[in-house]
Amino acid sequence: MNMTPNGFDLDASGRRIVVDPVTRIEGHMRCEVNVDDQGVIRNAVSTGTMWRGLEVILKGRDPRDAWAFTERICGVCTGTHALTSVRAVEDALGITIPDNANSIRNLMQLALEIHDHVVHFYHLHALDWVNPVNALKADPKATSELQQRVGPNHPMSSPGYFRDVQNRLKKFVDSGQLGIFANGYWSNPAYRLPPEADLMATTHYLEALDLQKEIVKIHTIFGGKNPHPNWLVGGVPCPINVHSTGAVGAINMTQLNHVGSIIDQTYDFVQNVYIPDVIAIGSFYKTWLYGGGLSGQAVMAYGDIPEHANDFSPGQLHLPRGAIINGNLNEVHDVDVRDPEQVQEFVDHSWYEYAETGRGLHPWDGETSPKYELGPNAKGTRTSIEEIDEAAKYSWIKAPRWRGHAMEVGPLARYVVGYAQGHEDIKGQVDGLLRALDLPFEAIFSTLGRTAARALESEYCGRLQKHFLQKLIANIRNGDESTANIAKWDPSTWPKEARGVGMTEAPRGALGHWIKVKDGRIENYQCVVPTTWNGSPRDAQGNIGAFEASLMNTKMERPEEPVEILRTLHSFDPCLACSTHVMSPEGQELTTVKVR
Amino acid sequence: MAPRTLVLGIGNVLWADEGFGVRCVERLAGLWSFGPEVQLLDGGTQGLYLLHHVQDAQALIVFDAVDYGLAPGTLKVVEGDEVPAFMGAKKMSLHQTGFQEVLAAAQLTGRHPETVVLIGCQPEELEDYGGGLRAPVAAQIPAALDVALAWLRQLGHDPRAEAMPEKARADALAAPALRMDAYEGGRPSAEAACRIGDERFLPSQAPHPALKATA
Repeated sequence: MNMTPNGFDLDASGRRIVVDPVTRIEGHMRCEVNVDDQGVIRNAVSTGTMWRGLEVILKGRDPRDAWAFTERICGVCTGTHALTSVRAVEDALGITIPDNANSIRNLMQLALEIHDHVVHFYHLHALDWVNPVNALKADPKATSELQQRVGPNHPMSSPGYFRDVQNRLKKFVDSGQLGIFANGYWSNPAYRLPPEADLMATTHYLEALDLQKEIVKIHTIFGGKNPHPNWLVGGVPCPINVHSTGAVGAINMTQLNHVGSIIDQTYDFVQNVYIPDVIAIGSFYKTWLYGGGLSGQAVMAYGDIPEHANDFSPGQLHLPRGAIINGNLNEVHDVDVRDPEQVQEFVDHSWYEYAETGRGLHPWDGETSPKYELGPNAKGTRTSIEEIDEAAKYSWIKAPRWRGHAMEVGPLARYVVGYAQGHEDIKGQVDGLLRALDLPFEAIFSTLGRTAARALESEYCGRLQKHFLQKLIANIRNGDESTANIAKWDPSTWPKEARGVGMTEAPRGALGHWIKVKDGRIENYQCVVPTTWNGSPRDAQGNIGAFEASLMNTKMERPEEPVEILRTLHSFDPCLACSTHVMSPEGQELTTVKVR
Repeated sequence: MAPRTLVLGIGNVLWADEGFGVRCVERLAGLWSFGPEVQLLDGGTQGLYLLHHVQDAQALIVFDAVDYGLAPGTLKVVEGDEVPAFMGAKKMSLHQTGFQEVLAAAQLTGRHPETVVLIGCQPEELEDYGGGLRAPVAAQIPAALDVALAWLRQLGHDPRAEAMPEKARADALAAPALRMDAYEGGRPSAEAACRIGDERFLPSQAPHPALKATA
């Protein structure tokens, strides 16, 4: 037994289960846990297994182009990297953006936030709770009654509708290409829903597929295209013209009204389908409150969605900023990402080395120099690791810390910070949800809490979208059609050397880009992404990271079918893809599943 | 009338030969123009973001780097029901998982292209972050385009040998800074930017000198 400074009792003596990657786009992840003879996780080790060099490939490039590169880091949160990048460059060069650009960026970022949450819940995470194969056994009439009970305002609720979906599903399953539903452990007792709830949720899976493609049209309208919408240092690249004459291709009232109808349609779905589904599913998993990890003791958010252009002070941000440590919700600390003492990255357990060992480095002074070595107790070879030695270096992810603390970031972190600050919307939503489920406040510190925070945040973001669309239209009606400030577009207007930082709240948490510009070119670029915070390895003091902490003490129904590990890792919406290999004690691979 | 056809390039341009599909679409747009029923698209690694484009298409032609287990630079064309299996057989990257799911999701919604063609090229190198296409893979772009053009003609389209107008290219392709010449030409030197991947994915090679061997 070994107690970490952040309060987790580690015991690595039990059977080891290994989680290992196959994909490589957004960062790989490997996870190893030890379970005791009751199947309870007593030690957890999270490893980022990919050397990612985005920072270095940007060296020497034009800072005005950095967004286009960072947009390609990730297959999911493209826009949020682009926004973070243009903010970093604007901060470095002292460029301010017009009000309309702020409203439009917020509308795009909020659309991305909601899109990501809806897709995450229905298309990536729901299958950790919902069993679509079981849905084939449902009675469509009883499903219709369930729908009318939990989401009475949703029009699609007739028995015939559910029967229809069930038939389509049956045809799909019978065709043998289970595709999206492959790799499930559909007979595992960890699945608790009755067939009717499974059918209802699977039906909404299909409805969400239709909805998500509407949500992203907001990106097409303001960003010119989708995927990969355009961004611009100094504002947004779309001109506005609400008069009958003038620029072709500019944003006009028809398009703004289209944006409004997408926002309304999305908001209805979130209110009448998404949140009721989370409550309905949650009601069957009320006793499965594992996965809290660091969420009740150390959370952080940078904040986002500024009310006014160029004002990132905490009181002006609609998504809250702050840090909570030591489980003290009575004190929310402000976060200053420029302060060299606050955000620091450590590499004691990461496959890097610093010129000076044992130190943490602020991202502006970040060093990325690889040092790959396995600890003496690792099993396997350098090119095929069977078991990690977590006492040594064991991850390609650095360990970012806030004033030395391992932090959880993401929707739940934002909601815990907002709740602790007494944020009215957030507090009202959280209290309402807990009342509906008849659960105490502490229940939000869980895997389910993370999943629910995403649903609540989607509703709140929908309200913010309505606000910013009105604000944009009002400002245009007042005669302001400006969307970009190009006064400092030309590099000859820039200082010889400059540094800046851009922050956003990506769907999966606090995201920061730190940039140094010299002679008109990028000299250094460092991204600290949300999954770096959540997936970080141990630090020199032995504090475990958020993924590791969240798996601790979880009871697994069948350790060879790690539904519970998937459920909890998925609840972070990790920006990486990996696969789980469960090893038998003899070392043969029993099964492989994907974790995304 | 010729079917609405989506010509899609997928992959991550930041991962060397992973960019094959995207570069094919870029080259196609630089040499050929089409009627309004043909849409070209750089799909990147976008997964579900591509669903509505796929649902709206009656025919789908996909360029991609695919690990067929063949010699680097080998071009292989797969059609119809075989496509998802090939895209998932040896997953090289998230976009393949993602795109398999896009095809499955389109099936499940009952709106999917009748014709699906995958024009895949066996990559030589993926672990060169920030790098461009390797010679044997880049050399296959013209042949891959020929396959696509033959399919387009067979579907009843009439490709014209002239570059698409810049506005149409801007809608279909990556931002100018990411297009092949700018991207590869602007690359920092190997000294300034480490070019290797995780050693475990390069089992056939000796440890790179930049990785300080200790084990």
